[in-house]
Amino acid sequence: MKYQGKCHKFGNDVNTDYIISGKYKFKTLDMNELAKHVMEDLDPDFYNKITPGDFIVAGTNFGCGSSREQAPLAIKHANISAVLAKSFARIFYRNAINTGLPVIECDTDLIDAGDLLDIDLASGYIINRSKDITIAVKPLPQVMIKILNDGGLAAHFRKYGGFKFD
Amino acid sequence: MKTTLERGINLGKTIIEKILSAHSGQDCRANDIVVAQVDYIMGQDGTSPLAIRAFENMNGKELFDPDKVALVIDHSAPSPLEGVSALHKLMREFAKQKGCHLYDIGAGVCHQLIPESGQVGPGSLVIGADSHTCTYGALNAFSTGVGSTDLAGGLISGKMWFKVPETVKFVCHGVLPPGVYAKDLILYLIGQVTADGCTYMAAEYTGEAIAALSMEGRFTVANMAIEMGAKAGLMEADEKTFQWLKRYTDREFTPVSSDADANYHQVLEFDVSKLEPQVAKPHRVDNVAPISRVLGAPIQQAFIGTCTNGRLEDLRLAASILEGKKVHPDVRFIVAPASRRVYLDAMAEGVIQKLVEAGAAVVTPGCGPCVGTHNGVPADGETVLSTANRNFKGRMGNSNAEIYLASPATVAASALTGVITDPREFVK
Repeated sequence: MKYQGKCHKFGNDVNTDYIISGKYKFKTLDMNELAKHVMEDLDPDFYNKITPGDFIVAGTNFGCGSSREQAPLAIKHANISAVLAKSFARIFYRNAINTGLPVIECDTDLIDAGDLLDIDLASGYIINRSKDITIAVKPLPQVMIKILNDGGLAAHFRKYGGFKFD
Repeated sequence: MKTTLERGINLGKTIIEKILSAHSGQDCRANDIVVAQVDYIMGQDGTSPLAIRAFENMNGKELFDPDKVALVIDHSAPSPLEGVSALHKLMREFAKQKGCHLYDIGAGVCHQLIPESGQVGPGSLVIGADSHTCTYGALNAFSTGVGSTDLAGGLISGKMWFKVPETVKFVCHGVLPPGVYAKDLILYLIGQVTADGCTYMAAEYTGEAIAALSMEGRFTVANMAIEMGAKAGLMEADEKTFQWLKRYTDREFTPVSSDADANYHQVLEFDVSKLEPQVAKPHRVDNVAPISRVLGAPIQQAFIGTCTNGRLEDLRLAASILEGKKVHPDVRFIVAPASRRVYLDAMAEGVIQKLVEAGAAVVTPGCGPCVGTHNGVPADGETVLSTANRNFKGRMGNSNAEIYLASPATVAASALTGVITDPREFVK
């Protein structure tokens, strides 16, 4: 999968409450409705700043906190094509893969807000067009590549009727 | 903090390596990936509706074993909104149709109910669609938080895939001084290692200070492993563990210990014999300070409850400080017992009477105030002192409020005075 877009930059420890507040997640299963409130407590106008295909770029420990899968889903439904961070919290990382939101571990100090990136998930690196540099990407575990290639965990289950990694 | 690194080629195994080996049928080690059988599965009302949708999307028909599945309506209970009511209805109908356990409004917080159910004990493997599922590590179980899609996969197959985590061992020497509790200990440890200090790891807690804790205190410590990024917060089982379990089940469990020559990612040693009460300042759980640095900050709301500190021992402690006194007129004091059983026990002992006489507003056992759905949303510019496990901005429903975290004793003492107060002034 190839993506091109501009970057929105956040800091370290962006938690799942910031991604989608608890007060919204209990109200509905309509992810397009939740998406309007994405990152609201960090930037109240964030949703309106997104051009479809854009990237969220952050520091360490992105997605820490709750197990809510509404967090990656809200990001995905806000038309963000991938999240790039120096590191991700464990549950968020799994949830993102399970629901088909690409999450990319890389040195995000090399990316500033507004930079234009080219991402080819298969290539192992991303290109920062604005800075004319190539940034190495930490590869995903094989199991996660398998789940992503199958189209998410639900599609994997539909295909195999259970876990099938070998 | 003393650090030693013990990485080598030892043959011994950690608790988590043993539990995952037993449940996967594979002799596994840290960083291996295994598919393991789970013993129990739990979902709450913030995560189960999405899991039910994922279950259908996976062409799920029946649950792998209805008796090993519980759905808990605790996060937004009783429902404050029509939209929430619709999600609760979905859970009730699913539970009825599939024959699994359903804990409806008023039963309590999932992480109190699952241990009370007697279904989980030493050596168990549990997944729960709630990040604080790591709580059952206090019972020597490997339990961990997952999202809704992982939960749905578990509901269908009774299995989940795991990367076997490396373990960080926390050795806590010494005995906690009077007025200093399990909550102070875990806040201190999180402050030391930071919010992502154990990401992708299992935390194993040991030492005299852990052995001296009550089971309630151990649940508090295991509960907050996720606040340092850990997948699990494990403890060994001892006589206290078995005594506690006896109250809830006749089942026999087999305790799992780490081998003396197990491989740890890191061993951290702490002397906690001189620890002060600790407070996590806004807006990060690892923004921890000894109470002497935050004394005197005014509060408008005090909250005792949550899966961290809503247990009988916590309510008793608060009542012992508040008995015969009144909370400060500028403070709203909210109490949420962790479960119906805790509520009933606290009533039978007169603990609820004392708290209500002191001015407490007792709300339905559940998670509402902690997660910001209802039952105590602060106003702009207000400060809350809470026994919860998270003080993220907006966590309690208002991003213009400030949340501090502390022990039930610190919250009770501060509710009395209206400012953050050292509980040692009130603890005999």
